[in-house]
Amino acid sequence: MTYFLDKDVFTQVQKKPTRDAFGLATSAMGETDDRIVVLTADVSGSVRANWFAEKFPERFYNMGISEQNMVAVAAGMAREGLLPYVSTFGVFITGRCYDQVRVLLAYSNTNVKLVATHTGITVGEDGVSHQMLEDVGLMQTLPRMRVIVPCDTREAVKALTAVKEMEGPFYIRLGRQSAPLVTSIEAPFELGKSLMLQDGEDVTVIANGVLVYEALMAAQILAEENISVRVLNMHTVKPLDHEALMAAALETGAFVTAEEHQCLGGLGSAVSVWSTQNKPVPIEMVGMKDQFGQSGKADELLDYYHLRAPDIAQAARKVLKRK
Amino acid sequence: MINPDSRTLKVLKEKAHTLRVDCVRMIHQAESGHIGGSLGLADIFAALFFKILNHDPSNPDWEGRDRFILSNGHVAPILYASMAHAGYFPVEELMTLRKLNSRLQGHPSRTNLPGIEISTGSLGHGLGVAVGMALAARQKKASHRIYCSIGDGESQEGSIWEAALSAGHHKLDNLTVFMDRNFIQIDGNTEDILAMEPMADKWKAFRWNVIEANGNDFDDIFKAFDMAQNNKGKPSIILFRTKLGFPVSFMDGVSKWHGTPPKDEEAEKALQEIEAYYQGGDDS
Repeated sequence: MTYFLDKDVFTQVQKKPTRDAFGLATSAMGETDDRIVVLTADVSGSVRANWFAEKFPERFYNMGISEQNMVAVAAGMAREGLLPYVSTFGVFITGRCYDQVRVLLAYSNTNVKLVATHTGITVGEDGVSHQMLEDVGLMQTLPRMRVIVPCDTREAVKALTAVKEMEGPFYIRLGRQSAPLVTSIEAPFELGKSLMLQDGEDVTVIANGVLVYEALMAAQILAEENISVRVLNMHTVKPLDHEALMAAALETGAFVTAEEHQCLGGLGSAVSVWSTQNKPVPIEMVGMKDQFGQSGKADELLDYYHLRAPDIAQAARKVLKRK
Repeated sequence: MINPDSRTLKVLKEKAHTLRVDCVRMIHQAESGHIGGSLGLADIFAALFFKILNHDPSNPDWEGRDRFILSNGHVAPILYASMAHAGYFPVEELMTLRKLNSRLQGHPSRTNLPGIEISTGSLGHGLGVAVGMALAARQKKASHRIYCSIGDGESQEGSIWEAALSAGHHKLDNLTVFMDRNFIQIDGNTEDILAMEPMADKWKAFRWNVIEANGNDFDDIFKAFDMAQNNKGKPSIILFRTKLGFPVSFMDGVSKWHGTPPKDEEAEKALQEIEAYYQGGDDS
């Protein structure tokens, strides 16, 4: 398991924005696959689409500030055998375009990869209008749509590369803020297969996105209290890793979910729905509790909304009492 | 120049008649569906599916085909009737419209029926998809054309104008759009509900080549498509003036017939009028 982790994660963790992965992955894939086109809506620099645009200007489409049209255009391009990677902020790509995503991507089963670069509370200073906290809910409830929330830039590059080979619509959730590099270069990425970053016996913390790092830190805090924590990096919300959940339920008997998203509709909901139907265990959720965020620095907001390691540790202590 | 000879014209009129009869029967037996637009568009669809489109119904995914997208997906009956008679699927299947497990969903479904390029039905979607297809064709240096049908009421959707902006910006002259300008939407006259005029000026301002024509006159229909295809440097839109339910007199201008299925006696009367119009000969 240490093999999956960046060697500096517990000492001097490095940080990189996961949105960089969009520029890195698309410009690398563009070299070998000329089906790849990149579409954005007047935010090329913010989503790193400019990295692709510099290399492949003839396959880059800046659609202007018209996201609904961008998704429709991508669907048309996909029907013609191109492979569109479409990127803008999470609020727009899921919320504003929901009807287009539902009918033209999910129902029509078109080969379009949606990549949101600004998601969650860590969007920070821009405030509520730009802090998408409901996107995973919107996307995971759509039939055919698959949803990935990578924990760091490395994992994000692997995810963006992996979905190229998988037909049909995907939603990949990246972030604006620098996020700790948690996974190693060698760590595998397989759709729907979580990574056990640390084994444990008492409780399992199931996290994704930037909360994976916090989950690891929480496990350190709890280790000092002789609480043994399993940490699952549940990068794929849909399809959910049922096998790992069943093993965790049988072997640890209690869950804490952790995400930078509303608990209702997010990873917490997905895990809870699985557990209720397959192996009921007590679950505590760390995430946004039916509330909007506000302006502030990303780090301050993570503290303020209780999305940190101490909060996960507290949730673990609470869930242990319910075992 | 697409200029059908008199024999072809006779065949097309017969096709349009057959499509109308089928639309009435399909919607009547389904007890739901949009009859007004379907009938009004029959002449245009006959011209498209039996003369203008370069397609191969036995090979719906043929790479070289012209693409056709029905953005106003609620007039699916006229599309299905056209596809069936062109040979995409058996004509008998038309009577499964809107029934459980039918491939002929209430609005076109790509994953159900081969030949449907994209699922539509939520208004304002199809034009953007057509723009994507036109951009893709240009990128691949393909010579096929992209056709897209939109409604006038549908054009109250903002997404139509996003797509219109992008087609104008990219100078997509491989794209021909046509609008069913019958002035009727579910709740009444478009100009009373949310005025669209001056329609032609709007599209011109969005950098489109605008053509106005009578959508229930074959000469006009062919002239319009011909002008669109030969225009360079801009996408084209044909504003087809049509009558709701044409040629059924009691449907003309009556918004109820946008989406209400005919009852037995209404269907009977509609079929009689359609027959009389067809027998009436060349005054179309």
